[in-house]
Amino acid sequence: MASRLMALWDWFDARMPSVGEEYRKHMSEYYAPKNFNFWYFFGALSILVLAIQIVSGIFLTMNYKPDAGLAFGSVEYIMRDVAGGWVIRYIHSTGASAFFIVVYLHMFRGLLYGSFKQPRELVWIFGVLIYLTLMGEAFFGYLLPWGQMSYWGAQVIVNLFGTIPFIGPDLSLWIRGDYVVGDATLNRFFALHVIAVPLVLLGLVAAHILALHDVGSNNPDGIEIKKKKGSDGHPLDGIPFHPYYTVKDLAGAVVFLMLFCAVLFFIPEMGGYFLESNNFIPADALKTPAHIAPVWYFTPYYSILRAVPPLFNSQFPGVMAMGISTLILFFLPWLDRSPVKSIRYRGTLYKSALAIFVVTFLILGYLGTEPVTVWGQAGALFAHADRATIAARFLSVIYFAFFFLMPWYTAKDKTLPVPERVTM
Amino acid sequence: MKKLLLVLVVAPALCWASEGGYRLDTAPIDPKDLVSLQSGARTFVNYCLNCHGAQFMRYNRLADLGLTDAQIRDNLIFTDAKVGDTMKVALTPKDGKAMFGVAPPDLTLVGRSRGADWLYTYLRTFYRDPKTLTGWNNAVYPAVAMPNPLWSLQGQRALEVVEHEEHHAPPEYKWTQLSPGTQDEVQYDTTVRDLVNFIVYMGEPAAMSRKRYGIAVLFALGVLFIFAYALKKEYWKDVH
Amino acid sequence: MSEKKIDNTRRNLIVATGAVSAAAGVGVALPFALSWWPSERAKAAGAPIEADISGIEPGEMKVVEWRGKPVWIMRRTKEMLEAVVGDNARVSDPKSEVDQQPDYAKNEYRSIKPEFLVLVGICTHLGCSPQPKPADDKGEMGGDWSGGFLCPCHGSKFDLAGRVFKGSPAPINLEVPPYAYLSDSKLLIGDDKKGA
Repeated sequence: MASRLMALWDWFDARMPSVGEEYRKHMSEYYAPKNFNFWYFFGALSILVLAIQIVSGIFLTMNYKPDAGLAFGSVEYIMRDVAGGWVIRYIHSTGASAFFIVVYLHMFRGLLYGSFKQPRELVWIFGVLIYLTLMGEAFFGYLLPWGQMSYWGAQVIVNLFGTIPFIGPDLSLWIRGDYVVGDATLNRFFALHVIAVPLVLLGLVAAHILALHDVGSNNPDGIEIKKKKGSDGHPLDGIPFHPYYTVKDLAGAVVFLMLFCAVLFFIPEMGGYFLESNNFIPADALKTPAHIAPVWYFTPYYSILRAVPPLFNSQFPGVMAMGISTLILFFLPWLDRSPVKSIRYRGTLYKSALAIFVVTFLILGYLGTEPVTVWGQAGALFAHADRATIAARFLSVIYFAFFFLMPWYTAKDKTLPVPERVTM
Repeated sequence: MKKLLLVLVVAPALCWASEGGYRLDTAPIDPKDLVSLQSGARTFVNYCLNCHGAQFMRYNRLADLGLTDAQIRDNLIFTDAKVGDTMKVALTPKDGKAMFGVAPPDLTLVGRSRGADWLYTYLRTFYRDPKTLTGWNNAVYPAVAMPNPLWSLQGQRALEVVEHEEHHAPPEYKWTQLSPGTQDEVQYDTTVRDLVNFIVYMGEPAAMSRKRYGIAVLFALGVLFIFAYALKKEYWKDVH
Repeated sequence: MSEKKIDNTRRNLIVATGAVSAAAGVGVALPFALSWWPSERAKAAGAPIEADISGIEPGEMKVVEWRGKPVWIMRRTKEMLEAVVGDNARVSDPKSEVDQQPDYAKNEYRSIKPEFLVLVGICTHLGCSPQPKPADDKGEMGGDWSGGFLCPCHGSKFDLAGRVFKGSPAPINLEVPPYAYLSDSKLLIGDDKKGA
C-alpha cells in the first residue's frame, strides 16, 4: 500500500515538481529559529482563524439573504430552523473577534522583537495592509445582520467620509449607493465581504509569508540566525519548520480551539462585546439607539476620533487623526532608530514607552465602548468637560507620542550587547 | 503612571454614581426548569401574543419544553395556525400604530436585546398615571406606550418618587396597591419570573443544547491536546 | 536498538494524534453537513396537508398540492373499479410488486378504501403531470380504453389505480403517497400516523 502511494507520488512529482519544491522550500527545509516562544503562535493562529472564517462564512452564505427586508430574518432562520445553523453562526461571530485578538497579539510580537526592522520592512508593510483590509472586511461584514448596530454603525462610519472637504458628501453617496444606508449598500457590502475582500486578504497573506520566507524569520533575541551556518549550509540555530513547528503549532492550535469553543458554547455574546444586544433589534432608519459604539476591535481608534473636537466647523480633523493613528504603523521600520531588534536588549526608554503604549491602547479601547459621560464631569477648572473626553485627549497624545518621539528615544536608548547565538 | 492606576481604580465607582434609572432586580430564572418554561409559554400566548408577534419562533419548537405537538396545538395555539407555523400575530403594524401610537414590536428576541433583569423588573413596575394616554406608566421604561398587560394579575399600583436633597443619593420609590389583582405579590413575581424565563428561552432556543455540546467538545479537545502535546514533546526532544 | 523504539513511539504518537484529529475533524464537519438537510421551514412547508373529500362527486377528481407536487384524489365509481380489475392483464406490474405505495395500498385497488384513489400526479418516466382520460374517450385512447391517465410528454398510460400500461415509456406505477382517513370526509396526505 505504502509503495503504491510512493509510486503515485513519484508519478505526480515527475509531472509537477514545483509542488514538492515549494513544500521543501516553505516547510521541510525552511529553517526557522529554534527559540520561538509563546508570541510566535499567533501568525499560524491567524491563518487558522482566516480558514475558519472562510468555511463558516461560505456555509452562512448558503442561507443568508442579502436583502434589507430579509437579512435580519435570514440570520434568525439560520439560528433556529437550519440544523446546526447556530453553531455555524457562532463560529463566525466568535471567529471575527478571535481574528482581531490573534492579530493584535501577532502585531505586538512585532513590537516586542523588532520583527518590522530591516530586512523585514516589507513583511511589516504587507502585515499592516492585511490589518487595514481586515478592518474593512469586518466593517462590511457587520452590516450584514442588519440589526440596529449594523445599520447605525455603518451610517456613522460612511458619514465620516462625508467630512472630507469638497468631495465628502458625494463620496458618501457613492459609497452608499443611496441617500441613506439601504438595500443598495447592503448588497454591495455583501459582495465585498463575501468575495472581493477575502481574495485581497488571501493575496496579501501569501505575499506576507513569501516576503518573510525570502529573508527568514526573526526570533525573540532579534539576531540573524543565517549569520552562523553549519557545515551542511543550514543555520546553526535553525530547525526545519516541518516537523518541529507544525507539531508545535498543532498543540498551540488545540489550546486556541479550546478557548475558542469555550466562548462559542458558553458565552458567545461575551457580555455584549462579541454580539451586541442592540443588534438583536432589526434596523430602524427612524430610531437611533441610545449608545452607538463600534465593535470592540475598532474602539481605540474611535476614542481618538471622538477626542478631537470639531475644528473649523468640521469633524474632518478628528477623521484625519483617526486615519493617521492607523497609517502611522506603516512607518514603524523607519521611526525606530535602535541598532538592536529585540526588547531583551533594549534600554529602559523603549520598554517604558511600549508598556505605556499598551496601557494607553487598552484604556482608549475601553473608553471607546462607553458613552463620553461614563466618568462624569470635571470641575469648573476644566469647564465641566466630560472626564472621559479629557482622558481620551491626554491618551491620544500619548498614543501619537509613542510613534512621533520614537526616532529620538530609540536612538538615545542604552542598549545591551546582543548575543552571538540564540538563547532558548 | 500612578495617576493612571488611580483613575482606573476609581472609575467603576464614578460610573455607578453617574448612571441614572431604576435599579434592576436580578431575574431568578432557571433555564433548565421545564415547568417554569411551560407556565411562561402559557402566560406569553395568553397575554402577549394578541398584540405582539414572535415571528421567528415556531410553535413546534416548544417540544424543547417537553411538550408534544398535540399538547402545543391544544393549549398554546388559539388561531388556525398549524403546529409547524411561526408565532405570527394578527395585528398589523398599521393597526398597532393607530391603536397605541407605535406598532407593538416583535418579541422573539427581546430577551437578547433587553436582557432578563430588565424584563423582570419592567413587568413588575407598572403604575397608574393619569397624565399618560393609556393611564399607565412604568418605572423602568418611562412613558411606555403599553398599558400593564398583566394588570388583571398584579392589580393596579401607584408610584411616588421621593427625590432626596443630598448630593448623589438615589431617589426613593414608594409603591402602593390601589386595587388587588387575582395574584398576590409572591404569585405575581413567580408568574413574571416564568414569563421572563420563557422569553429568554425564546430568544435563543438552542441555548439549552449549546451548553451540553460545549462540555463534550471541550472534553474531546482536551483529549486531542494530550496527544498533540505528547507528539510535540517527542519531536522536540531532539532540539537543544 | 533504542532508536527503533523511539521511532515506534514517534510513529505510534503520529498515528494516535492523527486518529484523534480525524475524529475531531468529523465532529467539526457535522454541523456543516447537517445544515444541508431540509430546515424546519422546509419541513413545515412540506408538512402533511388535510384534504376535504366530502365535495367530490363520483367519477370526479380533486387535485391538492403537497411538497410542491400535485396529489390526485379520485372518487371511483363501481364501473371504474371493475375497469381496474379488467386491466390486470395489460399493466406491467398488476400486483404492485415494485415499492411505489405504502403497505395499505398494496392491494387490488391500490388504496385504503376502494372508493377513493390517492396518487402523486407525477409520471414515473421523466416527471411530467399526466392528464385524466375517462373511459368514453375512446377516440383518442383507442377502442379498448377503460379509463385512466395519459402523460402528454411521451405518451405513458396509467389505469384507474395508477398502474402503468405495458408498452409505456414509464417503467413503474404511479406513486401512492402516505395518507390516512382523519374522518369519512377528511384525508391527511403526507402522513399516515395522523400526527403525534
